[in-house]
Amino acid sequence: MAEQKKMALIASKGELDWAYPPFILASTAAAMDIEVQVFFTFYGLPLLKKNLTASISPGSNPAMPMKMPFGPKWFQNFNWPIPNLLMNNVPGFESFATSLMKQTFKNKGVASIEELREMCVESGVKMVGCQMTMDVFGFKHDEFIDGVELGGAATFLEYAAEADIQMFL
Amino acid sequence: MPNADKELDCRGMNCPLPILKTKKAMEELTQGQVLKMIATDPGSVNDMAAWTRRTGNELMESEQNGGEYVFFLKKA
Repeated sequence: MAEQKKMALIASKGELDWAYPPFILASTAAAMDIEVQVFFTFYGLPLLKKNLTASISPGSNPAMPMKMPFGPKWFQNFNWPIPNLLMNNVPGFESFATSLMKQTFKNKGVASIEELREMCVESGVKMVGCQMTMDVFGFKHDEFIDGVELGGAATFLEYAAEADIQMFL
Repeated sequence: MPNADKELDCRGMNCPLPILKTKKAMEELTQGQVLKMIATDPGSVNDMAAWTRRTGNELMESEQNGGEYVFFLKKA
């Protein structure tokens, strides 16, 4: 058995696609016997809410491929050239695109954010919510999943100073 | 091929599910027991090797059958 390693992550983004990196890395690190603490701050903080509502934001990410999760393979692999102007102006486009993305993830055997988060909780990943963000956005502690502690920059840095891996996501 | 005490089907699952499911399945074994894991994710070849190096469990054998990857893992 290798020596005990530690990983400190900051989860700062709240889109569905950006919710994946912290939960994938945290759950996998825990599975590799690495101790993990994730600090959820700014738009990353809502990822700790019991009711996850993360969606994608294709309009603000021109590199995002638009894929259809149904039909024959050539159709699914086709990258739809939907102009930003359309994405930003059609009401409901984001929730439409989000459901397509969720279905594509599912078809490809990728776990949902809810599943990954549950596995993080089960495997003892410590999740810390940013107190300042909570005050700014008016969240309440009981809106978060059980086991979430609150803290600030010093809380993160104390852990990160002793960690072997530190990442800002 | 080694005899397996337990089998885990990770076919169709993508990163990082095969690793997470393998970790869970290995927890239910006792030292020296063997898990047979089957995956279709090509990334699991490198990932399983890294996982065993990190956790100290032994990757006894692995093979590729068409689009399937079979791993025999001995619990440390």
